[in-house]
Formats: sequence, structure tokens, C-alpha cells
Amino acid sequence: MQISARHLDKITIFDISGDIDLSSSPELRKPLLRELREVRTPRVVLNLKAVRYIDSSGVASLVEGLKAARDVGARFIMFGLNTTVREVLQLSKLVRIFEICDSEEQAVAP
Amino acid sequence: MTPRSLLLRMELRSNPETLCAVRGAVGQLTERLGFTEAECRAVVLGVDEALTNIIRHAYAGHPDKPIEILFRRIQASLCGKKGEALEIVLEDSGKNVDRAKLCGRALEDVKPGGLGLHFIRESVDGLEFRRRNGKNQLRLVKFLHLPEPRTGS
Repeated sequence: MQISARHLDKITIFDISGDIDLSSSPELRKPLLRELREVRTPRVVLNLKAVRYIDSSGVASLVEGLKAARDVGARFIMFGLNTTVREVLQLSKLVRIFEICDSEEQAVAP
Repeated sequence: MTPRSLLLRMELRSNPETLCAVRGAVGQLTERLGFTEAECRAVVLGVDEALTNIIRHAYAGHPDKPIEILFRRIQASLCGKKGEALEIVLEDSGKNVDRAKLCGRALEDVKPGGLGLHFIRESVDGLEFRRRNGKNQLRLVKFLHLPEPRTGS
């Protein structure tokens, strides 16, 4: 998995690619929680277009990110979910708790 | 006796970095067996989550412990349904798994963790755990949905 950040006014967009699993989920969790808890960015957006696979460890990292966002009153938005990622989130029954957009434009819209 | 045909045998270590390679192999195997794309994704997820549970719980994160996975084509009979199926048996020498923890958790709780077993259950048609000779064995069964044989002339 690879992750990089872009900053747009008061929004941070994480571009994530590859597989999010037991091996790589800590690499997702750390920057997400830092951005929310320490930097206190009011809106964190995850670009998942290039994510091929996610497992329960990855979903757990997303849930942690969401909880951290709720704690500090930030928005936590995802976009670009492919079939595999969407299926896993639906299977977890957690898809309804996340803010999911169809595009980056929607995710960063005022 | 149920006929069993060995398709693949994998020996690996409990290193999370091997998960990606296993997913690739399982994806190709299930595709060759004729599973639909969605079924292939489901089996890959089920095996990946089973391995993740072994690494995290049976081996407490130690990356150098042995895991064996056997893939067989079998004639299965589960809950009144009979047919050809893929049987996957994962075996580890880790600590005895607390069966009470195999129940998973209520999905209404929004919290990280505890989803793995739920994902495994949803991904396959049958799941069976047993402890034998100091080893944990998890058996997963997924029916092959092959085309019905043609009847008539």
C-alpha cells in the first residue's frame, strides 16, 4: 500500500493505492489519526480509486479514523470505492456510517 | 468415502507480508475452478481473514510460525445441499482458540475490530473449527456453481 497527502485550503486529501490488509493497515492508520488528532484538519478525504483490496484490518483503520474525526468535529469523507472495497464495507454493515462521495469534486465541495 | 482431489498445498510462515501472495494464488485458483468474479472475491476475502486471525490470535503476531493450507475439490454435503465444492483447510500450531470468541460480535456496534470472523462466515457456505493433535484446523467450504447438466435430446 502507498499513501500520500495533498493539502487544499483546510482539506487534506490522502491518495491511497494498493492493498490495505493486516500488513499495511498501520501505514494508513498512523497518518490518518495524526491528521485528525494532532493537525486538527477540519476535513479529511480519502481517495480510494487505486485501492485494489481491503480486509477487516483496513476497515478497522477506517472506523478508527471516523471515530477520531467525530471526536474532534471533523469530516471524514471517502470517494472512488471500487467493487471490491464497496462489497467489503457493505459486508461489514458499516457502509451507512461513512460519508461516501462519487468524486473528488463532491468530496471537497463547500 | 468422499472423493477428494488435492488442488493446491501451501506452506507459509505467519508473516503478514505473505498475505498478498496468498490472495493472488487463491484468486487465480478460484477463477480456474469456474467461480464467478464475486465468488472469487469472497473466497479470497475468507482465506485472507482466516490467515489474519491465525497470525493475530493463534500466533499473537509472531511472524515465523508455520501455517499450512490445503485446497481440495470435493463432493460436499452441507445443510441439505450437495454438490461439488472447494474445501480449504487452514492448519496452525498456535494456541487453542477460545470457541466463545468464534461467535464474533454484533455488527450494530460501531467499533474497530472483530469483523474478521463475520467476513469469513459471509464468504463461504460452510465453516468448521476443530483442535486436533495440538493443532487448530479451520475448514472452509464453498460450493461450485457449475452449469446444470443438459437434459433431454
